Amino acid sequence: MPEADVRLDRVTKRFGDFTAVDDLSLTMERGEFFALLGPSGCGKTTTLRMIGGFEEVTAGTVYLGGADVTELPPFKRNVNTVFQNYALFPHLDVYENIAFGLRRRRVPEGEVRAQVKFMLKLVDLPGYEKRRPNQLSGGQQQRVALARALINSPQVLLLDEPLGALDLKLRKQMQVELKRIQSEIGITFIFVTHDQEEAMTMSDRIAVMREGRIEQLGRPEELYERPASSFVAGFLGVSNLLDGEVVGRHGELVDVQLGDGTLVRAPAAASNGDTHVRVGVRPEKLRVTSSHTEAPRSVEDTNALEGTVLDASYIGVSTQYIVQTADGHKLTVYAQNLETSGASEALADGQTVQLTWRPQHTFVIARTDRDVDATPQYEEGQVPS
Amino acid sequence: MPGWLRRHRGIIPYLFLVPGGLWLTLFFVVPLITTASVALQEGSLGTGYRLTFNFGIFVEAIQTWDTQLVRSLQFGLIVTVLTMLIGYPMAYTIAFRGGRYKNILLLFVIMPFFTSFIIRTISWKFILADQGFVLGTLKDLGIVEDSFRLLATPVAVISGITYNFLPFVVLPLYVALERIDPRLIEAANDLYASRFQAFLRVTLPLSISGVFAASLLSFIPAVGDYLNAELLGSRNETMIGNVIQRLYLVNNDYPQASALSLILMLGILVSVVVYRRFLRGQELTV
Ligand SMILES: Nc1ncnc2c1ncn2[C@@H]1O[C@H](COP(=O)(O)OP(=O)(O)O)[C@@H](O)[C@H]1O
Ligand SMILES: [Mg+2]
Repeated sequence: MPEADVRLDRVTKRFGDFTAVDDLSLTMERGEFFALLGPSGCGKTTTLRMIGGFEEVTAGTVYLGGADVTELPPFKRNVNTVFQNYALFPHLDVYENIAFGLRRRRVPEGEVRAQVKFMLKLVDLPGYEKRRPNQLSGGQQQRVALARALINSPQVLLLDEPLGALDLKLRKQMQVELKRIQSEIGITFIFVTHDQEEAMTMSDRIAVMREGRIEQLGRPEELYERPASSFVAGFLGVSNLLDGEVVGRHGELVDVQLGDGTLVRAPAAASNGDTHVRVGVRPEKLRVTSSHTEAPRSVEDTNALEGTVLDASYIGVSTQYIVQTADGHKLTVYAQNLETSGASEALADGQTVQLTWRPQHTFVIARTDRDVDATPQYEEGQVPS
Repeated sequence: MPGWLRRHRGIIPYLFLVPGGLWLTLFFVVPLITTASVALQEGSLGTGYRLTFNFGIFVEAIQTWDTQLVRSLQFGLIVTVLTMLIGYPMAYTIAFRGGRYKNILLLFVIMPFFTSFIIRTISWKFILADQGFVLGTLKDLGIVEDSFRLLATPVAVISGITYNFLPFVVLPLYVALERIDPRLIEAANDLYASRFQAFLRVTLPLSISGVFAASLLSFIPAVGDYLNAELLGSRNETMIGNVIQRLYLVNNDYPQASALSLILMLGILVSVVVYRRFLRGQELTV
């Protein structure tokens, strides 16, 4: 069992009548890259600020390395923060910004100099000592903020949307950089973001938050392959969801009858014994074939649906189809352009097609009142219905 | 004309300076030159004045009025320190803790301006009077001695000036403090600075331009003030402003009055430059 570095035990934060964080329990392990992911306003920053000590908790306990720090002010907690928009001290140069924490702890000058030098090298900014923050680009300010926090060798580093202000290219570059730095120094990073792709590429584990609660917690591939709710399914990428009833079970698989009567199969473990369910499948897991070339299919190892192509868009690596089923559902399909060599070979709009996928690639979500789709932030811009 | 303007577009911003420039020339530069020239003239109202370039008058004026000059600078300094000690916490509280009451609180700060400066100072005279309702009550209760007085003491004059210039200090300090991003203070706390250290290392240095503006706005008028000494003080609190006023309006000794005015200006200018250097040094210390 890995050691817990940060533990939130039934933490609640209210602002007046408004509950920003609602009875939240979380454990972050030592050395882990942990992401808090969720739409704007779901309580990510508030959660982070309670760990940092900037926000008093209304109820619950915050533990750092096993010690209860709930009542400690920020300057007595062994965590440091990279603030949203960096909050560099405008009146101090880069050197003094980075040295700030060491000076407050009365570290001798010689050591300060050596450590600042080391940090500037770590974040790839040697020679920038005398610059003021307003003489730095966004990316450079970001690095200074990182160095300023890391120089204190905190037990945990908190990062609040640290890449949010950067343009896409720089952002990708800093994602790699941050990962490198984290694995080099090996401390726990708690990273807040509303960008699912960023969270997926960088994190060991992700907690998806919604309205002050954790919707699902797990490794990126768990969240993607087996989302536990429509919200998570929609927030992490594109998903096709279809309502149905569990009508039978065959060993590892359950039979789910969809609205139009079609039977599909899904892993029994995912269904949790619920009867009213929603089955989902990711667009890249679907195979689309022309109905004329009727593939030999057996219900045993393949799910199949009939549909009509509404739209086909060639995007180079893949072709994206929107396929409408007999009862009006629109499904998104990403077909890799493995054998085709151009848009001309794609299936045409209006063509009748068959969608097939493997039962193991189906995920099952219990239907609840909270089944409102998230506002996903995927790039292709197609919303499955 | 519009054609000419279009060809010399660059000139337009400078045209906006013209009204202010004319105004200052008329009411600042011209009087300054007149004052300098009057100081260097000799004569009397009866015989008329002649420009004699009598530079000795400056030495003479300083020697005659050294007590009042020094006293004015002293009072000015004390007032500046007091207004800062009272005004900074006020401005700080309004800026960081004012929340939605900020504007109301600022309104309270400038509220005294709704009444004339003279009227307010006269009412201080009543408040501080030997048998006024404050001292009178305290004396009746036996808390202070019967011979104790506030009026006609440096305390009264300094308090009066401090009161009068407090809003001039609060407003620039407020503007400077209000601009500070509270996250910078959180960042300082995050980096092991206690609340007090965060104030010392972040808030104070970032508000130093406000401190500078505020102290000028209290020091300069305080040094030249004569009304508070006139109404609340005695002969022992006479400030240089009172001397200049008397020389001009009572003694009609225009050269000496002009010389003193120039000396006062120069004294203030030197103090400001020295102060600026001192603060600049502060800003850069870590
Ligand atoms: N100081 C505050 N006073 C009142 N409401 C707040 C305060 N801070 C945050 N909130 C509210 O709490 C909710 C969560 O905020 P936040 O944690 O900043 O969300 P996120 O970082 O996920 O976007 C938001 O609805 C926000 O308006
Ligand atoms: Mg936030």
